[in-house]
Amino acid sequence: MLSYLARRVINLGGALLAASILVFLILGVLPGDPAEVMLGVGATPEALAALRAELGLTANPVLRYVDWIGGLLVGDMGTSLAYRAPVAELIAERLVVTVPLAVAAFAIAVLLAVPLGLFAATRRGGPGDVAVIGASQVGLAIPNFWFAILLILVFAIHLRWFAAGGFTPWDENWALALKSLILPALALALSEAAILTRVTRAAALDVLGQDFIRTARAKGVSRLGVLLGHVLRNALLPVATIMGLQFAFLVAGAVVVENVFYLPGLGRLLVQAIDQRDLAVVQNIILCLAGFVVLVNFAVDAVYAVIDPRPKESRR
Amino acid sequence: MTRVHSKYRLGALAAAVWIGGAVTAFASGDTLRIGVTLEPPHLDPTAGAAAAIDEVTYANLFEGLTRINEAGEVVPGLAESWTVSDDGLTYTFALRTGVTFHDGASFEASDVVFSLDRARAEESTNAQKGLFSAIDTVAAPDPATVVVTLSRPEGGFLWNMGWGDAVIVDPASADGNMNTPIGTGPYRFVDWVKGSKIELARYEGYWGDAPAIPNVSFSIIPDSAAQVAALLAGDLDAFPNMGAPETLSQFEADPRYEVAVGTTEGETLLVMNQRRPLFQDVRVRKAISHAIDKQAIVDGAMFGFGTPIGSHFAPHNEAYVDLTGVTPYDPERAKRLLAEAGHADGLELVMKLPPPSYARRGGEIIAAQLRAVGIEVELVNVEWAQWLSDVFRGEHDFDFTIVSHTEPLDIGIYARPEYYFGYSSSTFSGIMEQVAATADPAGRKALYADAQRVLADDAANVFLFQLAKTGVVSANLKGMWRSAPIQANDVTGAYFE
Amino acid sequence: MRPRRLNLARRPNFAIGAVLTGLVILAGAAAVFFTPYPVDGVAIGSRLQAPSAAHWLGTDMLGRDMLSMLMKGAQNALIIGFVTVGIGLVFGAPLGFLAAMRPGLWSDVSLRAVDLVFAFPAILTAILIAAVYGPGVINAVLAIAIFNIAVFARVARGAALQVLGQSYIRAAEAIGRPPLDIALRHVLPNAAAVLLVQATIQFAIAILAEAGLSYLGLGVQPPDPSWGKMLKDAQTLIFTHPYQAVAPGAAIMLFVLGLNLLGDGLRDALDPRIHAIRLL
Repeated sequence: MLSYLARRVINLGGALLAASILVFLILGVLPGDPAEVMLGVGATPEALAALRAELGLTANPVLRYVDWIGGLLVGDMGTSLAYRAPVAELIAERLVVTVPLAVAAFAIAVLLAVPLGLFAATRRGGPGDVAVIGASQVGLAIPNFWFAILLILVFAIHLRWFAAGGFTPWDENWALALKSLILPALALALSEAAILTRVTRAAALDVLGQDFIRTARAKGVSRLGVLLGHVLRNALLPVATIMGLQFAFLVAGAVVVENVFYLPGLGRLLVQAIDQRDLAVVQNIILCLAGFVVLVNFAVDAVYAVIDPRPKESRR
Repeated sequence: MTRVHSKYRLGALAAAVWIGGAVTAFASGDTLRIGVTLEPPHLDPTAGAAAAIDEVTYANLFEGLTRINEAGEVVPGLAESWTVSDDGLTYTFALRTGVTFHDGASFEASDVVFSLDRARAEESTNAQKGLFSAIDTVAAPDPATVVVTLSRPEGGFLWNMGWGDAVIVDPASADGNMNTPIGTGPYRFVDWVKGSKIELARYEGYWGDAPAIPNVSFSIIPDSAAQVAALLAGDLDAFPNMGAPETLSQFEADPRYEVAVGTTEGETLLVMNQRRPLFQDVRVRKAISHAIDKQAIVDGAMFGFGTPIGSHFAPHNEAYVDLTGVTPYDPERAKRLLAEAGHADGLELVMKLPPPSYARRGGEIIAAQLRAVGIEVELVNVEWAQWLSDVFRGEHDFDFTIVSHTEPLDIGIYARPEYYFGYSSSTFSGIMEQVAATADPAGRKALYADAQRVLADDAANVFLFQLAKTGVVSANLKGMWRSAPIQANDVTGAYFE
Repeated sequence: MRPRRLNLARRPNFAIGAVLTGLVILAGAAAVFFTPYPVDGVAIGSRLQAPSAAHWLGTDMLGRDMLSMLMKGAQNALIIGFVTVGIGLVFGAPLGFLAAMRPGLWSDVSLRAVDLVFAFPAILTAILIAAVYGPGVINAVLAIAIFNIAVFARVARGAALQVLGQSYIRAAEAIGRPPLDIALRHVLPNAAAVLLVQATIQFAIAILAEAGLSYLGLGVQPPDPSWGKMLKDAQTLIFTHPYQAVAPGAAIMLFVLGLNLLGDGLRDALDPRIHAIRLL
């Protein structure tokens, strides 16, 4: 098993290396020049040349790649071309918004989906099941930017319970910071909740059909006891797997919601950096996101390997 | 106090904490909450072209020798007064005394010498280096006097010194201005939560009258629906430059807000790439001009905000001549002209559109109008980065583009054959040379009129409309700029009623 | 495997799903021959009209007929869906089968490549492709298709491994049946069900992805209409002309709903144990 994990670690490194090369190549063919973007239509050719030199854009691409990776290995992501601030700092500032947002969305989704999925599974085919499945179908079918604007319309403009957007920094007032994430998290949670409800229901149905559940019921364990003690525990693994994979998509997909609620999140930084051709920021964010997905995959595999030592293939 | 009463108060308090969280954080009147569409990449106006930089820093944080007021006039800034030599080559500025930078450093003539020399130095990355190109030397005979000598007369020199790109910075703090700007303005920089907001506070050591509102915060809201929502939810006091004109009607009906419509220096053009042989034929350019209904574009793309123009000149300028009648909307004549030029079978052309809604929506309307005269237009949306490198610079790979030229009094660009229009006219260049050599205001006015006529007669581009500045301002907020002679949000005169 | 009676029509999921998707296909097909008004018929004078006899769904910001745009939008939605799913199936399924049947270097490399694609969420890929090649429907389709290849490869491989584990396959191998024969005769038919179900899901996701990309301005480009773009355009008008959003919003929702129901119905009918992947 150790050799299995070791192989996975090597794979992990390879995947990250491949991702970094891919990102660098894509950015290499990106049209547009950061210096032109920064200095605009009034810039003289000399000023453009001076800025290009200052930003290190004139260096050989191979050198720039080596520079980037070399820096990363010692924890240096370089300096943003547009903001002229350390990229690591910029990303960290955004992560404290995007990660809590994704976590909150996830928490909401799980809190909604797991009980609903279990409930639906125990009422299979009944009106309750149909209602839950129907609601999850609708949840899957609403584009999140649209749901977001509806939330704003109701809760910010009509009820005035929340601000329409924006973010109060954590160190200024953590309660307000949390509050500014509630509507965006709801908007983001909708489709996640719908997916998770379906997964939970399916997993619970799987478990409910198995012998040990019937045995437990026959032994007089209460319905709720079976549900929580056996069904939930056994259904949690597939749910957790999906959650792990879905989380990375949540972070990337948050870009749309961040835009509607004008939150200073990672997604918005990425889009803005692409607009401004801030290559130093773009390449690091993409690598971070890709690295995150790869790590989650790795972690999921590792957890599986620990709790279920059969080779991966025979688990399906 | 009765029990019921106090209970009610407690409930109300709890509700206020919960519901009005965002509102209580900024007690009304204490902070001016302004919304802006784009985030500045950094806050150093001497090192970037982004209008977003000036929208935060101009006059609020940084000051120059002169400044430009809402009416577009040059007024004293850090220079209290000035004299110009008879040959127009020597400017002597008398500086204000008792001025300090936000870090306490005192402002002296040597700072002016430093700032201007830095901006025009070889390794300078000033986005408007051309503003300083006429300067020969800058000297400081004493701490309160600066003498600038020019290598050639430049009528607009004092105006140039009023731009954000020409603000005065302190040698000690100049390099840090991108992230912690230190100027001499009435507000000092407090905090910048990147991607979210920029906060300023009154600088107590300011040399002039203190502004009425102690704090200013600029919230960055790119999404135009979110802009409306933020205003409707009461999260902002003003949004001086709204992204989407279709949203303004509801604020006109809302007693809490006032819609502020003003002018800008933005001549919005349908540019025809005259490096293409097709557009070197004046009949084709005229045909296209006749094919376009400018009022329909103003109504359709801008919801009526904007003024149709007939040449490259702002209608509020006193030298403006109304030439909208030179190539009136006349699709039949357009078809005839196209046939005469040998294009009776129609044309297929590409229009590259940068992100602003005037361009994207205007493009759709123009495409429909051109289709009516037999020209099929393929619309290609591009980002600014691509627009700059493909259309504006580089290979100039486009047939049409739509863009608003927001630099003030920039008719001279038509005298530059290397410019991306590819337009050249010896008549026009001759007029521009005369303008440069003429100091007499009446003479200049007459020459500008001639220049406008040449462009209109030549159909040098299709001159669509003058971009309006459309903002939404809280009804109790006064003293905000309505027009935009330069791209700035000068809030130094703002106050709550 | 014994063929089972499908009885699809009796399943409400499938029936509702079929009706909803059928309506969209009908609208899209009709748009090939006819729309009430031209979809690029800009008429500023008659913009933002409420539904009326002349314009059943009203007119948009530039005075274009919303019904016509919706029909043409249905056509675009179908094209995007079919192309992205088609590319995903054609390239992804063989990749997955091959990886399952021929373990080794090739299998490893292709699986790593699939993992790498999953490491770039589709929206990210789309943003990058649009930045390099400019925004446009082809680039949006490409981004979604690349993602779909990875999804189908993974699903196909999983299904193939399941089949390959069965004793009759080992028997077939033992008597020297060529691999291609085994693939076509045994693996493909057994994987077809899960691939079909996955296809409906990916189709629905493509519709939503296009809407999201349109929100960012990277989807179908003007003057060609798309539901996502219509919904995006309606967004700034929600405070003054809320009905503008109803038609495109309902179209997206009902079509996605229809596809999902269709997928559920198919799954229940074909094999309730199918595990489809659902990633947004």
